[in-house]
Amino acid sequence: MSEPVYDVVIAGAGIVGAACAYACSREGLKVAVLERDFIGGGATAAGMGHVVVMDDSEAQFALTRYSQQLWQELASELPADCEYVRTGTLWVAADEEELIEVRRKHQFYSQRKVPSEILDSRSLDAAEPQLRTGLAGALFVKEDAVVYPPCVARYLLERSRDLGARVLLGKEVIRLDDEGAAFEDGTMMKGAVMVNAAGARAASLHPDLPIVPRKGHLLITERYPAFVHHQLIELGYLKSAHKSTADSVAFNVQPRKTGQLLIGSSRQYGMDSPEVDRSILSRMLARAGQYIPSLPGLSALRVWTGLRAATPDNLPLIGRCPGYRHVFAAAGHEGLGITTSLATARLLIDQLMSRAPAISSEPYSVQRNIAVHG
Amino acid sequence: MAELVWISIDESPVEVEPGTTVAAAILQSDTAGFRRSVTGEWRGPVCGMGICFECRVAINGQPHRRSCQAYCESGMVVRTK
Repeated sequence: MSEPVYDVVIAGAGIVGAACAYACSREGLKVAVLERDFIGGGATAAGMGHVVVMDDSEAQFALTRYSQQLWQELASELPADCEYVRTGTLWVAADEEELIEVRRKHQFYSQRKVPSEILDSRSLDAAEPQLRTGLAGALFVKEDAVVYPPCVARYLLERSRDLGARVLLGKEVIRLDDEGAAFEDGTMMKGAVMVNAAGARAASLHPDLPIVPRKGHLLITERYPAFVHHQLIELGYLKSAHKSTADSVAFNVQPRKTGQLLIGSSRQYGMDSPEVDRSILSRMLARAGQYIPSLPGLSALRVWTGLRAATPDNLPLIGRCPGYRHVFAAAGHEGLGITTSLATARLLIDQLMSRAPAISSEPYSVQRNIAVHG
Repeated sequence: MAELVWISIDESPVEVEPGTTVAAAILQSDTAGFRRSVTGEWRGPVCGMGICFECRVAINGQPHRRSCQAYCESGMVVRTK
């Protein structure tokens, strides 16, 4: 019996591949998903799961906001283990200078109808008593949320399967071209359209994709219910997170539904090994301790690392791969893949169906002129 | 004999010999158990040497302290569950 020809063959069962599979299956397309390891085994499981609107650039805003609205639609059908909680984000300003940025950000969001509110020093103390006193204030972005990404990826693939999709795990794609996906043993799976959703490994399939791994560390604590209430990020985050030269750390703490805390974050280039780097981990925790003085007394359960798929301009690559007619990319989401997965899938399916997308897909085109950012 | 140490376990006073661990004090008290698992089952000390983390309690307001690794000190406030 010969293998059927699929409408869409997706390499990668992270949250982006899973979202693409679900979007394509819902259109009635015949979908196959191929995954080397297991569902959500890359950055999807390693990351925090913060659904966040960002204002780094207009294009980043458009994609994150569109996707956040798609998350709000999806939330009602997500099973409990996906742990969707609308915590909101507090962008914490340490001093007066950062408070100016809070006001700018507030204006930016208000003009674009994203609900947010400025907290002064006292309201911030009341909202998050574990933060040290004397911080200048914060911007509360109300519709941001927290999810547990690997369970969402699994859910999206289960729904895709219900609609007829085939999901093959332990199946490493060694080549993805206009014919289909090729495997080590010389066999192939044929498709009308192929999608590279291989995250940090996307460039190993298509070396022209400008994606490099950017390593991050996370720590999870024991359960401390109601220790903090919002996703907490230092406003200096953008300053430190997107310098593409040096290693950086930033204060970024997320309350999980279980009462556990995820503590981040770090960014390192030129490393693709999974080992925990003690020196940057120490810097990361020291940074967090500057905002939450009681943090060193908490009990940690685990520390791990993951690789973000970074692009030079911090925007993902969504669209046809140069040099191919039938191969598309849906990769390069850096630290925003959970947030932007759903919008990525919509932009992809709209392209495949030749429909006008809800937002312009041009800024994310693989063939865009990529300017190096920050 | 050295003076006894008084601690509070779930708001009841308990008197123990100096050098008694909090775990031992809890076992000497009327307290039903140490903590509950996330699915609601009772948990208590298994290893008694700081490895299994099953005997965790809150000591002086700090949750997740291993009671087998902490010695009773006068005035200590211990909470189980």
